Amino acid sequence: MADTMELRDIEVWDGNMAAAQALRQAQVDVVAAYPITPSTPIVEGYATFKANGYVDGEFVMVESEHAAMSGCIGAAAAGGRVATATSSQGFALMVETLYSASGMRLPIILNVVNRAIGAPLNVNGDHSDMYMGRDSGWIQLDAYNPQHAYDLNFIAFKVAEDHDVRLPAMVHQDGFMTSHTAQGVCTLSDEVAYNFVGEFQPMNDMLDLDHPVTHGVQTEEDWHFEHKARQQHALMTAVMPKIEAAFAEFEALTGRKYNVVETYQMDDAQTAVICMGTSVETAMEVVDELRAQGIKAGVVGIRVFRPWPLEQLAEILKNVKAIGTLDRSSPHGTVGTLYNEIAGSLFNTGVKAVLNNYIYGLGGRDLTKAHLVGIYQDLQANAESGTLTTPLQQYIGLRGPKLSFF
Amino acid sequence: MEKAGWDGFEIGAMLRSFDGAIQDIATTLPEDRAYSQANSFTASVADWRINKPLFNKDYCIDCQFCWIYCPDMSIISRDKKMVGIDFDHCKGCGICVEVCPTNPKSLLMFPEQKDEDEALAQWPQKEKKEKEAGVE
Repeated sequence: MADTMELRDIEVWDGNMAAAQALRQAQVDVVAAYPITPSTPIVEGYATFKANGYVDGEFVMVESEHAAMSGCIGAAAAGGRVATATSSQGFALMVETLYSASGMRLPIILNVVNRAIGAPLNVNGDHSDMYMGRDSGWIQLDAYNPQHAYDLNFIAFKVAEDHDVRLPAMVHQDGFMTSHTAQGVCTLSDEVAYNFVGEFQPMNDMLDLDHPVTHGVQTEEDWHFEHKARQQHALMTAVMPKIEAAFAEFEALTGRKYNVVETYQMDDAQTAVICMGTSVETAMEVVDELRAQGIKAGVVGIRVFRPWPLEQLAEILKNVKAIGTLDRSSPHGTVGTLYNEIAGSLFNTGVKAVLNNYIYGLGGRDLTKAHLVGIYQDLQANAESGTLTTPLQQYIGLRGPKLSFF
Repeated sequence: MEKAGWDGFEIGAMLRSFDGAIQDIATTLPEDRAYSQANSFTASVADWRINKPLFNKDYCIDCQFCWIYCPDMSIISRDKKMVGIDFDHCKGCGICVEVCPTNPKSLLMFPEQKDEDEALAQWPQKEKKEKEAGVE
């Protein structure tokens, strides 16, 4: 039996420690992991808790991230509560196995500490790895600070392991900006946290020796399509209600309220910035300052990136006149992902908002409040003229001549 | 196997070997096991066989070599006696013939269409070992 850890009501934790503590409190059975900056302290933390008797789990040291996720898949198919963490190039190496995990309907929790993908080699935070995961069939939740990284892990276990869902989930946080920045984190006691997540309920587990199963079977044109359709059906119909129910239960327990789409000052907003990660809180500060000047600006933060909250966003944005989508990832040959997603969410609606796109913060470049003030000025001009007054896609915070496309 | 629609099967890339719960599977003969439709035991997976092994029990010494070596568990043996070949699963690889130690062999390969009685009637006789040429 694992020892209980006495926590203060508020602990000073960075995002990595917050996630590691959540894995401990969820009493994860198996962590198979390979270290990579900036996510390393999460699995290191779990290993320390295990070595000191605070977890009854297994830590499997492997030779790569591909092996880490493969180990997680085996452990999850065997019937355990399973989690790991990675970043960047390690995430890229995991990608093949991510599809196996979701296709096999194994509720693994992966903490992704978002980091740029080289070349050039870079350890700092951007959203390239998060975006790479978006077609992998995983649920993707995004934390903006260490508190979220802690809380969303519990949400992720509860939703992913639900037998109506049975899909793996990623909890994203920004590399260094969240993962290594210590803040006050409101804690749950071990007992309360574990009871929220609940006892792991196995399903089709290989250790049920009376009911032998073959996991990871081959299907060709006669079955593959049906399996993928069933997976998509669960992701599209079962997940959002379960997330909303888990958010509601978590709020009742802690008073901390999460939403599928986070909004700030959106009730009467004329202009809105849509972004993810730490940028959301920076934009909120800027909106406070703009509001003080009488400018009706708002912020939309994506909390659930997959499944994509298409209908919720269409509703939230229905009265906005200009929208700026902020992508912290090089789109490599097209507009940014959030631009595409928001355009797709609004196209068949009556919304006539002017939509543009900003590429920012690659490789950990800071997004300053001054940048955001400039963006809101663009949006204000777009809102007033009813048409694009700037190029469609602009790079901000970049040295050299101004760069823009379309 | 029935081809169900997308909502008509268990989730995950997962198949069950048996219908319902099983116990003591090691002591249950294959024909008495409740293999599911998804298990290849219930399917013929031998339709690409070109040559087949045939068994002549007159020469068999029940050494079980063929049973041990068969890569597809297609040699049927009961109470340590060779019974025959499972032609729903035998791929015709010929390993059983290769390892058969009797003289003549108790298993020989024939074209898939070969009539069994005809093959048994033509079974080769015991080969006399030719004396090795004098080695000095």
